[in-house]
Amino acid sequence: MTPSPDRVRLHVVTGKGGSGKTTVATALAMALARDGRTVLLVEVEERQGLAQTLDTPPLGPVERRVADGPGGAALWALSVEARASLLEYLQQFYRLGRAGSVLEKVGAIDFATTIAPGVRDVLLIGKVFEATRRTSGRPHPKGTPEHYDAIVLDAPPTGRITRFLSVNEQVADLAKAGPIHSQAGAITTLLHSDQTRVHVVTLLEEMPVQETVDAVAELREAGLPVGAVVVNQARAALLDEPDEVALLALADGTIDVPAVADAVGSVGIDDPQRVAGSLLDTARGYRDRLDLEAAQYDLLEQLGLPLVLLPLLPDGIDGGALAELADLLAEELDPEPDEDAGQLDLPENGLAR
Amino acid sequence: MSRTPTTLDLPALVTDPATRIVVCCGSGGVGKTTTAAALAVHAAEAGRSVVVLTIDPARRLAQSLGVGELDNTPRTVPGVGAGGGRLDAMMLDMKRTFDDVVHAHADPQRAAQIIANPFYQSVSSSFAGTQEYMAMEKLGQLRAEADRTGRWDLIVVDTPPSRSALDFLDAPKRLGSFLDGRFVRLLAAPAKVGGRASVKALAGGVAVATKVLDKLLGAQLLRDVQTFVAALDTMFGGFRERADATYALLSEPGTAFLVVAAPERDALREARYFVERLAHDQMPLAGLVLNRVAQPGPIGVDRALGAALQLTDGEESGAAERAAAAALRLQASVGALAARHRAALRGFAAAHPGVPVAVVAAAPTDVHDLEGLRQILR
Repeated sequence: MTPSPDRVRLHVVTGKGGSGKTTVATALAMALARDGRTVLLVEVEERQGLAQTLDTPPLGPVERRVADGPGGAALWALSVEARASLLEYLQQFYRLGRAGSVLEKVGAIDFATTIAPGVRDVLLIGKVFEATRRTSGRPHPKGTPEHYDAIVLDAPPTGRITRFLSVNEQVADLAKAGPIHSQAGAITTLLHSDQTRVHVVTLLEEMPVQETVDAVAELREAGLPVGAVVVNQARAALLDEPDEVALLALADGTIDVPAVADAVGSVGIDDPQRVAGSLLDTARGYRDRLDLEAAQYDLLEQLGLPLVLLPLLPDGIDGGALAELADLLAEELDPEPDEDAGQLDLPENGLAR
Repeated sequence: MSRTPTTLDLPALVTDPATRIVVCCGSGGVGKTTTAAALAVHAAEAGRSVVVLTIDPARRLAQSLGVGELDNTPRTVPGVGAGGGRLDAMMLDMKRTFDDVVHAHADPQRAAQIIANPFYQSVSSSFAGTQEYMAMEKLGQLRAEADRTGRWDLIVVDTPPSRSALDFLDAPKRLGSFLDGRFVRLLAAPAKVGGRASVKALAGGVAVATKVLDKLLGAQLLRDVQTFVAALDTMFGGFRERADATYALLSEPGTAFLVVAAPERDALREARYFVERLAHDQMPLAGLVLNRVAQPGPIGVDRALGAALQLTDGEESGAAERAAAAALRLQASVGALAARHRAALRGFAAAHPGVPVAVVAAAPTDVHDLEGLRQILR
C-alpha cells in the first residue's frame, strides 16, 4: 500500500558543501508548491543562500511570500536566526519586553545562542517545528499562512546534519528542564516520525559520495528517516546514447585518431591533427569520468534508497533551470497520488532499513 | 580596461623562503584540502621542510598522505622530497588539541576537573567555533615547534569548512570573549561583584538573566558552566594571550592567505567576502586559487556544434565521423561551461582587480594520490 505522499510534511535537505543542496532544496520546494499547496522553505545558517537562489531580497526571521504557483499555490521563505527565535520564545513564555533587553545587555542572549551547546540548534529547529504544527486557529505571526502543506529545510551540511537533528540528546544532557528541554522532546518525536524525510544531495565524486554514505549510516543509527539521495550535476547526462557509444570507441582506440583527423579535416576545420588529438583527450576524460561516476553510483545504490539523478546544467542555475529541476524532483519525490504506485520511487516505499 | 586578473604564481609562492605560513581558506567543497596538500607536496619536492595541517581530508587523500589515522601528530609522508626536502602531514583532532591546552595551562588536578566537566566536554567537541579555534591553536603550536627545533620552514594549513566565512579568524576571539565575558564572569564569581554603581546595576541584570536562563535552560546547565568557568579561571590569561599571539602570527608578512574557490556563483560570492574580510583585518592575502575551471576546446562552441552537425549529416557517416561529432558536441558543452567560468572570474576580477588569481584546470577524476597532487601545480 502506498501511503499518501502528503504525509511527509517536513523535507530536510542536506549535502556536502558545494553539492548544490540549497539549489535542490529550492527546486524541491517549488515542486511541492503546486496544485494550490502552501510551502515554506527555510534556511538556518544565515547565509542568505535561498535569497540568492530565488533572486529575491534578503530573507528575514519572519516568513515572506516569494513565489506564486499554479492553482493558488504559494512559496514562502524564511531565514531563521537563533537570536530572533530566542527573543520570540522569551516573549511567548515570559512576556519579556524590557527584560529581553537586559538579557541582551549582559550578554546572556549571546551566551544562549552561540555558546550554550545545542541551544542554538534547538532554537533553529524550534522555528521549523512551529511551522509544521501550524493549524488554523493557532497563534502565528501576522500576515503569514495559517497552515503549511509542506516545509523544506535547507539544513546544515552532511558533516553536521545528524548532530543538528539530534537536538534532544544534546539538550537532555545539558538543559535538563525548562521549555527548551520540553520542546526538544516534541521536536525529536516529529523528526523521527513518518512526517519527516531527510534527503541527501551529492555529486558523483569520491568525497561527496563517501560523506553521503557516512551521513546515511549516521542518520539511520540515530533513527532519523532517510528519504532519497539526490545526485546532482550528473555528467553522464551530457550526451545521448549513440554519441556515448561513438565516444567510447574513440577513447578505447577502436577508432583511430588519423581517421578522426580526416573526418574533421573534411568539414573544413583547421589543423585537424591537433583537433583530433584534443578530441581523443576529451573522449578519454569522458570515459574516465563515466567510470568514476559508475563506481560511485554503485556505492550509492548499495544504500538501498531511492536515487534521483539531476543533470549538470551547463548554463548555470536560473529560474528556468530551477523549474526544470523542480519537474524532475516532483516526479521522484512528490508524485501524483493517482499514478501507478509501482512505478514510483516514493521515499515512503524505499525505506527498507 | 582589461578584466584579466594578474596571474598568481603558486610554485613561486611556496618555494620562496620568505613564505613561512600558507593558510588556505574558502567555503566548503571547493578543494581547500587538496590545494593545501598540493602546495605542501610541491614545496617539499623543491627542497623545503614542510608540515601540512589538514582538517577533514577525503579518506583516500588522507591515506596517500599517510594520515589515515586521526592522531594529532605530524608524520613524515613517504615518497616525497627527493630533493632534500621533507613533508610531514597531520590531521586535526580538536578535542585532543583542546585537552592539551588545558593540560598546558592547569595543574594536573585542575586539568582533570575541567576535562570531566560536561560543559567543557560539550564545548570542546561540538561548540561551533571550537574546530576553528583549535586549528589556529595547532598552527601556533606548529610554528612554536618550528622556531624552537627548526623542523619545518613552511607550514601549510587547511581551514575548517565554516558556517560563515573566516570563522577561524573570529573563533579565538569569540571563545576568549565568552570566557572573559561579563556574563560568564559574573556567573562564575557573583561574590566579587560590588562597589561601583554601574557594576551593581549590571549584577542586577545578571540576576534577572540568570533566573530567566535557569527557567529556560534548566539550572543544571548554568551550574556546569559556573563550575567550568571557576576551574578555568586561572587559564583566562593563557587563552587570550594565545589567541592574540596566533592572530598576530597570521598578520605577519611571512604569512600568505590563499582564498580557494570554485568557479560557481555562490563559491565566488563567498570568495569575495573572504577577500574583503582579509583586507579589513589587514591580513596578507596572496591571491585567489580558482579550482576546477573548465577549459575550452581548440575550436569555438558554435563552430564545434556546426562541424558535428555536418559530420553526421551525410547518409554514409562512418564510425570515425560519428565519434568526431560526439567528441565535438562534448567539447561544445564543456566550452559553454568554460565560458560561464570565465565570466564568473571576470566578475571577480572586476570587483577585486588587485587580487592575483591562479586557475587550476578541472580534471576528469578526483585527486587522491601523490602523483595527482604533483600534477596540480605542474
